[in-house]
This record gives sequence, structure tokens and C-alpha cells, in this order.
Amino acid sequence: MKALQSILLPVAASLVAIAIGAILVAALGYNPVSVYGSLISGAFGSLGNLGNTLTASLPLIIIGLGIALSFQSGLFNIGADGQYWIGATAAVWVGYHFTSLPGWLHMLLCLAAGMVAGALWAGVIPGLTKAFVGAHEVITTMMMSYIAILFARYLIEGGPMQEKGYIPQSPLIASNTQFPYFTQGFARSQLSPISMLIAALAVLAAWFLLYKTTLGFSLRSVGLNPRAAKYAGIRVKLYIIIALALSGLFAGLAGAVQMLGVDHQLLDGFSSNYGYTAIVVALLARNNPLAVVISGLFFGALTTGGQNMQIVSNVPASLTNVLTGLIIFFVGCERIIPQVIGWYRRRRSARAQTPAS
Amino acid sequence: MIFSNPEIWALTLSMAIPLALPAVGGTFSERTGVVNIAMEGIMLIGAFFGVAFSYWTGNAWVGLFAAIVCGALTALALAWGAIHVSADQTVLGMGINIFAAGLTTFLLNTLFGYNGTPVNTPKLPSVSIPGLDHIPYIGVIFTNQSVLVYVGIVLIFLSHWFLFSTRLGLRMRSVGENPLAADTLGIPVWRLRYLGVVLSGVFSAIGGAYLSIGILNGFTSNMTSGRGYIALAAMIFGKWTPLGSFGAALIFGFSTALGIVLQGHGVSSNILQMIPYALTILALTGLIGRSTPPAADGIPYEPRR
Repeated sequence: MKALQSILLPVAASLVAIAIGAILVAALGYNPVSVYGSLISGAFGSLGNLGNTLTASLPLIIIGLGIALSFQSGLFNIGADGQYWIGATAAVWVGYHFTSLPGWLHMLLCLAAGMVAGALWAGVIPGLTKAFVGAHEVITTMMMSYIAILFARYLIEGGPMQEKGYIPQSPLIASNTQFPYFTQGFARSQLSPISMLIAALAVLAAWFLLYKTTLGFSLRSVGLNPRAAKYAGIRVKLYIIIALALSGLFAGLAGAVQMLGVDHQLLDGFSSNYGYTAIVVALLARNNPLAVVISGLFFGALTTGGQNMQIVSNVPASLTNVLTGLIIFFVGCERIIPQVIGWYRRRRSARAQTPAS
Repeated sequence: MIFSNPEIWALTLSMAIPLALPAVGGTFSERTGVVNIAMEGIMLIGAFFGVAFSYWTGNAWVGLFAAIVCGALTALALAWGAIHVSADQTVLGMGINIFAAGLTTFLLNTLFGYNGTPVNTPKLPSVSIPGLDHIPYIGVIFTNQSVLVYVGIVLIFLSHWFLFSTRLGLRMRSVGENPLAADTLGIPVWRLRYLGVVLSGVFSAIGGAYLSIGILNGFTSNMTSGRGYIALAAMIFGKWTPLGSFGAALIFGFSTALGIVLQGHGVSSNILQMIPYALTILALTGLIGRSTPPAADGIPYEPRR
């Protein structure tokens, strides 16, 4: 029953959200069938589109893993977007320096830089303040997120990371760090097999860490009941910092992967929202690393499909954010299911008793 | 040198109001025991519908009223989820924030096209207080501020008095500290929590409308830029009281004003914009005194029948 409920809830929430979205676009004069049709074909219609969907899904999956980890530790890492960008910035910086290194080593260094940057961004200020003074991590991670984006903007708008010229952008990373694309099949997308490999490894690492190590056990204990964990001898403060740092590490890795695989440089006017969508990815997956893959694919499809929907059906892509917000709201209302079931059961038993009178 | 120009103080007040109003609203919600992080989203909703109705009816006051109604409705959804369904209030709040950001941008693009809201959208009047505005140096603070600034200040003081000097305010606070005890005394816990959350929605919506039809006359995507979260910090920093939140908001408003005034003096505007966010983090580190939330904050109350 519990397993059924775990799958029923996200599916039901998504369906209700999609229905509301259909009503919304219909009210504005669009044909919901063709709107959703362009959404689906944009996501899966061709091999190139499928490749784009996968490309969009990968950062969502990786960041989603980190957020799922923080949720399981009882922490809300809302600032994953900023950790993603700080990781991207670090990876790009390493990417266009150290060009004399062999390709594979340079790539690893970029990825490591992204992971360290993300981990520090989440673990130091939000982590320490939460652990030692109880500062609400929703606010601190969100503030750090804005600071990260402003910082990255500063670096490329007349700052030390700007490429020569007038366009605010960073130099391209060295060609030996850029991930190779598929040459056939998904060749018309920006999907790289290396990105997929990294994502797969990340999923396995997260799953293994959470369920097969004492570290994961400690994190989950802290998440379930910090006071009990403390009396069991778990150093709660330490694990709060570790949880946030790990969460940031995944987000930073996603940023690095995106830079090495897709963008190859920092550009102005960047905005991704990957960090916020990844929160929904994690929630819909009930914080299970394996389910994050499916959830991430769903929202990756929503993103690519949404872009196609905007072009073909003229419906702004921000509709997908409306759907995302609705889904997270409904998933949050999960306790309505046992409430409804309980209400139904009480009515049935009441009805069974009254015929006697 | 920058302080020789009193404009910075007028700007401080102007930048503080969109932080203070949601923060005060937040005190209503959290004092009754419901965590409300949806202020950012409700501000956006208030901002957008304020502009939309102002344009459609040609009257900015109707826009303000519409903003309040829409904000209250959104808060009602949050209240229902938090109170009736005992949902995780932080998750609900994030859902509303993402939904509101998406909806407002979506409606902006579908209803007003990609050129944005029309330039002839009416906005709320700006007034100066006669007499006060002639005081040398600080008179600038009361010159040409949006009428919502003065309304806001009155609301803030009224809220503090209401929450701490009236019987209804006492009941609301008791619901947030010990709902079980309040319930046994016959105080309607759920009803008062609904009131607290809806009030927070009203205040956040006014704060958002201030941004769109108070100081500007248009809506741009995500124009609140995290102010709802800074307002949260202001509320915490202000020890969950309206006046305290106002004081904290003034400090944050000053940091924003400082960033604006320093622009063009050689410091990158991106760095300057970081100041309010960095200050918020500093405020939360408790260097300036710890503050404790209401005891039952965030814990859903389920009456045993």
C-alpha cells in the first residue's frame, strides 16, 4: 500500500497539474490538445529532440540527487541554482587555464573544481550557520544563490574572467576539455556520452552513499529525528554541514558537466532555473536517488517540450513553471490521501451501523 | 560624502517598504503558528495583478484592491494545505513561489505580449506630507513618496498594536505558542491560523503592488528579486514583531539604497547588488542576538475529535 501510495501521489499530482494547465491555456484561447501535443513532440518527437531532452535532464538529475540528499537529512537546499553556477564558474576557470595538461586530466580537474566550489558554497556559510546558530538554510542558501549569480555576472562583465572584447562572456574552455558529442543517433543534439556516464555514476554514488554507508545512515537519522540521532551519538552539527556540502557538491558537478558538455563558456544573460526545477525533481521522486532519474527525465522533457511549445503553439514556455509549481504544491499535500481514505472508511462504517436503528 | 545627500534616507524608506510589509504579514502568519515562505510568490502575484487590473480599469486603486484579493486567495490555498491537510509548510511555500513566478511570467507574455506591460498603465500617486517635507535634510524622506509608503507605515504600527495590545491579537499569539492549550480554552485554532495566513497574503500582496504600481508602473518577470526571502530574514531579525520587522527592513533597505547611491562611483553594480543579500546572511548568524520563533511555529495542529 505504501509503495503504491508513493507512486500514486506523484502521478496523481502531475495529472491534476496537467489538467489545470489545460484549463488555463484553454481559457486563454489555445487548443490544449495541440499545445500539449507540441510539448510532447518537442520532447520525444525525433531522435534529435530526444537527445535534447536527455541533455536537459542530466543537470536536473544530478542536482536533484544533491537536493534529495539534503531533504533526507532534513534540510532544504533551496539555493542549488547558485551552487550550480558557482560550480560552472569554477569549472570554466579551470577549463581555460592549465591548457598544457592532457585532456582527461584537465577534464577531471574541471569537474573536481566544480564539485569543490559547489560544496564550499553550500557547506561553509549555509552549513556552518545552520549547524552552530540555527540559521534557516532556506534563507541562507537562497541568499548565497543570488550572490553566486551576481558574482558570476561580475566576473564576466568587465571582471577578471571576461574574454577580450565587448561581449560579456568568458573565454572558451580548452578544446581538450570539451565533451565529445554522439556522432550518430543523437548527433543532432548536444548530448554527450560522457555526461550520461557521469550522471549514471552520480546516481549510483548517491544511492550507495545514502543506503549502504554509515555516513548515509547518519544523514538520514539526522533527517528523521535530530534529537534522537544526537542521543545515539551522532554528531548532528557535523552531519548538517556534510549534508549541505554534499548537496552543493552535486549541484556544482552538474554545473561543471553542463559547461564541459554544452556551453563551454560562461555567457551573459544566463538563467537556468535548473536549481529550482531540481527541487521539484527531488520532491516528486520522494527523495529516492533512483526515482530521481525518472523524475529528472520528466522535467527535462517538460523543459525541451516547453521550448518547442513556445515556438509551435505560441504558448510561453513559462507554462511549464506553472505546472511545476502546481505539482510541488500537490505533492506537498500528500497527507490528503490518508485523510480521504480515512474519511471514506469512517463513512462506510457509519453507514454500516445506522441500518440497525 | 554620500551622506551629505539626504536622498539616501528617502531611498532607504522606499526600499524598506517592500521588505517591511511582507515581513509584518509574515509575523501574523508565524505568530499563529504557520510558517510562510511563500511571501516571494504572493508578492509577485500582487505585483502582476495590481498592474493588470490597473491597466484594464484605468484606475490604480482598483489595481491595488485586485492585488490584495489575489494575494489573499493565494494565501488561502497555502492556509488550506497547511492547516487542513497538515502538509509540509515549507514545501507548500516553495510550490507557491515557483507557481507564482511561472504564472506571472506566463500571463505577462500571453496577455501583454513580449513588449511588457503598456507604458500608459496608471500608477498610484506619490505624495509629500505638507509641513514635514520642509524640514531641512530629513524633509526629503517625506517628499514625493508613493502613498503606499505612508499607508504602509500606518499599517505597520497598527499591526504591532493589534498583535500585542488587543484580545484578538493575544489569542492569535497563543495559538502559535500552545495550540492545544488555546483549543481547550475554546479559542478557534484553525480559524485564527487562517486569519493569520490570509493577513500575511494581504500584506505581501501590498508589498508586491508597491513595486509594480507604487514606484513603477509596470511588471517585469521576477521583479521581486528575492525580496520575499529578505523579508523573511527581516521578520526573524525583528524577533517576530511588526515594529522589529520594520526596523530590520529599514536596515536592509539602507543596504539596497547604499548600493544604488554608490553606483557609478567605480564599484561594479553587481558587487553592490550583493550587499542586501550578504547583510541578510549576517543578520541570521545571530551576531546581533538570537531570536526564537513562536513555539508551535510550523507544526500543524490536528484537533482530536
